[in-house]
Amino acid sequence: MPTAANPPRTLFEKLWDNHIVYAEEGRQTILYIDLHLVHEVTSAQAFEGLRLANRPVRCPAKTVATADHNIPTTDRSLPIVDVISKLQIDTLRNNCQQFDITHYDLNDPRQGIVHVIGPELGYTQPGMTIVCGDSHTSTHGAFGALAFGIGTSEVEHVLATQTLLQVKPQTLELRVDGTLRPGVTAKDLVLYLIGKITTDGGTGYCVEYTGEAIRALSMENRMTVCNMSIEGGARAGMIAPDETTFEYLRGRQFVPKDYESAVERWRQLPTDDNAKYDKSLKFQAADIAPQVTWGTNPGLVVSVNDCVPKPSDYSDATEQKTAASALEYMGLTGGERITDIQLDRVFIGSCTNARIEDLRAAADIARGHKVSEHVQAMIVPGSGLVKQQAEAEGLDRVFKEAGFDWREAGCSMCLAMNPDKLSPGERCASTSNRNFEGRQGKGGRTHLVSPAMAAAAAIAGHFVDIRDWK
Amino acid sequence: MKAFTKHTGLVVAMDRANVDTDQIIPKQFLKRIERTGFGEFLFWDWAKLDDGSTDPEFELNRPEAAGASVLLARRNFGCGSSREHAPWALEDYGFRVIIAPSFADIFYNNCFKNGMLPIRLSEEMVDDLFARAAQHDSYQLTANLEDCTLSDAHSLSVSFEVEPFRQNCLLNGLDDIGLTLEHEDKITAYEAAHSK
Repeated sequence: MPTAANPPRTLFEKLWDNHIVYAEEGRQTILYIDLHLVHEVTSAQAFEGLRLANRPVRCPAKTVATADHNIPTTDRSLPIVDVISKLQIDTLRNNCQQFDITHYDLNDPRQGIVHVIGPELGYTQPGMTIVCGDSHTSTHGAFGALAFGIGTSEVEHVLATQTLLQVKPQTLELRVDGTLRPGVTAKDLVLYLIGKITTDGGTGYCVEYTGEAIRALSMENRMTVCNMSIEGGARAGMIAPDETTFEYLRGRQFVPKDYESAVERWRQLPTDDNAKYDKSLKFQAADIAPQVTWGTNPGLVVSVNDCVPKPSDYSDATEQKTAASALEYMGLTGGERITDIQLDRVFIGSCTNARIEDLRAAADIARGHKVSEHVQAMIVPGSGLVKQQAEAEGLDRVFKEAGFDWREAGCSMCLAMNPDKLSPGERCASTSNRNFEGRQGKGGRTHLVSPAMAAAAAIAGHFVDIRDWK
Repeated sequence: MKAFTKHTGLVVAMDRANVDTDQIIPKQFLKRIERTGFGEFLFWDWAKLDDGSTDPEFELNRPEAAGASVLLARRNFGCGSSREHAPWALEDYGFRVIIAPSFADIFYNNCFKNGMLPIRLSEEMVDDLFARAAQHDSYQLTANLEDCTLSDAHSLSVSFEVEPFRQNCLLNGLDDIGLTLEHEDKITAYEAAHSK
């Protein structure tokens, strides 16, 4: 209970305070890390650093690993063809063996995208500090955790000390009042917010998403929102835990044994009444339409019923230059109607949108339809367990009958490190999180959308307003 | 960690905002398990033409950019992925100082871990530096981390801000892990207090 001696605090401030190991004026705070997620691409050099310095992993039990970024999504019984990729995946396995770290290997049904399996297995819990050498670690903030991406030097630091040196960020409240309109999803909500605050609006802040529209979101939808916090520049985004959170986690493999006591502790976490954020911005859910990015960063986004902007629509010289360069890369001139944009590829997957609810939303659109003849569409479940669940519900048959490619779990064409990639000039509707130049393959053109919008675009061959879908 | 005290070097100007880490080091080079040798892949997709030959128009490939060690950039430099391969590639290429109106948080942090100095200046100041780089042939800047000043041979001298802790670590090339382990007793005490 806040008192004069204990002033009201935000969710972030409570988590920060709870994890201070050592704080001293003029130096960075040593912050304790409760859960460290590890994957193959950003960890090898960190483990090598430990070996060179003859340091152990301090808390193997608080470290969990899986390979996700650089793995094939085709038949797992076949050998990995790319020898450099294979070496990276083998290196993770060997490092986990050497340092006694739990590792969900490619043949384990619980393998998957690290930000999908953490919550799914109950590793991710309210009140935790969670880090990973991946910027989309912000996903876990959906549970009321302080979760953020780190570099490889910091991965080594956490492995060696179970702590991080941190500068306290400021707090930014993004409040969304009211109710989302039909057809408008969490993905549209977060793209809309990034469009408003821009890709560096959150730099230096930890975001807390609040308001009726956020509270109404399912746990998986909350993960979609927090996942993209980094695309607005914020390293971390969080949502206060509530009954939705507690119900989602109940019964999962690694949640605390005395679950009810844990829930009682977690109930103390939400931001106190009258606590102050460093900055607050308010939005109306009813203003949000389905969103489609048109440019080469996630902030370059419009509503599906809008037209692609022209450089002259911007007043600032740098923004005009950015828009002109983005249009050129995207093969657009500005002024096109979004719904006239024709597509070559559709990708439904990634740590943003590859959970069971995302696949259900896509299947609801795809059921009984066929993918357009000029579109190649693939679905990559976020984890082996998501894949199993989808198959138990018959979603795989819906997708296959419609002409979608049904794959094994991994990051796949979100970053196209593995063989799943766009060819130069190919245009893709993608449920992933980044539309940077070359992100999905050199010369590839990415438009970010929700799973339902992606599925509808696959069938129509161009973007459609999902609100008009029959 | 490599120390940084003072550096004078040739400036290359990159007049693009929101340069993301996917551009700095594209994903196909993240498969390597080494920490070194990324410099030749820096800005690969921008530096190479479709046939794999060098694009002479790209900022870093122009003859006047040869040997540059100070990168002048626009806002939100280093956004996107947390990949430390981005600062590894910049450092391996030869950059020691990066100047921009703003940096993405993770990238900014990663620079310090690799002996590079990212300097934040106002938009106006960065505009002025772009103008100076265009005006003077072989334009050089000197970054002095001891007194936090940036200067040139044309009477420019501006101060920049660096958090004292980072300044001290970089000046002395201190090992973060070693520093933290000086407080290992406090980590142990924290764990004991929270292991219920």
